[in-house]
Amino acid sequence: MSNETEATTVTSADLSEAIKTATDEVFSTMLSLKLKPGEVYVEKEEKVPASGVVSLIGLAGPWVGTGSVSCTAQFACRIAGQMLMTEYPAICEDVLDAVAEITNMIIGNVKTTLENRLGGMGLSTPTVIYGRNFQTRSARNQEWTVVPFEWDGDQMCVQVCIAPNPDNGKKEVRPGFPIPHMLNI
Amino acid sequence: MDVLIVDDSAAIRKILQRVLLQAEVPVGTVYEANDGVEALKLLRSKTVGLVLSDINMPNMDGLEFLTTVRAEAAWRDLPILMVSTEGTQAKVLEAVERGASGYVRKPFTADQIKEKLAGLF
Repeated sequence: MSNETEATTVTSADLSEAIKTATDEVFSTMLSLKLKPGEVYVEKEEKVPASGVVSLIGLAGPWVGTGSVSCTAQFACRIAGQMLMTEYPAICEDVLDAVAEITNMIIGNVKTTLENRLGGMGLSTPTVIYGRNFQTRSARNQEWTVVPFEWDGDQMCVQVCIAPNPDNGKKEVRPGFPIPHMLNI
Repeated sequence: MDVLIVDDSAAIRKILQRVLLQAEVPVGTVYEANDGVEALKLLRSKTVGLVLSDINMPNMDGLEFLTTVRAEAAWRDLPILMVSTEGTQAKVLEAVERGASGYVRKPFTADQIKEKLAGLF
């Protein structure tokens, strides 16, 4: 494993492949479901305010970034229902917790894939937001690789942004650090 | 045998309870803890025969919990199965060096947990 981040690059294609593999593994293993990935795209920030559930996890080490899973409230209820074998008609603690754990597993597995090239990284605990008319943007103006997935006509997006850590080696970074991500709610 | 499940996700704690019920392990009371600090408090007041623990948790993570538990003579042989998204060889080795009895990576199937449990008893 190398710490020479200048010599290492991660392309959007690398990220989208890692996201697709991790999402497929998590959904097929924990929910017995096959999701269909849509067309991958790259964006700097969401163009329109969103509604629903967003779950965010920070990555830190020689590279830093954020991973997120976003979906409608209905999609989130279906995830929790399938995972916990219970019907959820509306968002509740169980639903938000299930989405957080799905995010933890997907982004955790993306992290494991990336660590082979980028070196060890810490993973923060997930932060879940449920609401209407909110917008997310990266404080560092990074590009997000976004992979949409479909399940019976409903959509979920898994996205990751990651870049070399300019502070690498200056201080110890641990899981639980503040997520480098801004929210306008 | 009473069991302690340590994970900051209530969803995972529920799933692991379900798997334990399916596994051929005689399970009595299942205690739940949100992190290592809560888990240590429970261990000091209850007697359990098995611990399932996550690694990435707030307050006290699973590796620190593992080290603290193994430092106490009374808990040196307590079976502790780590269940975590951390999947690198380095992290698994670290857990084993700190005294983990087994390691299962998330996402997991019920069969993977059952297989690991069968190897512990």
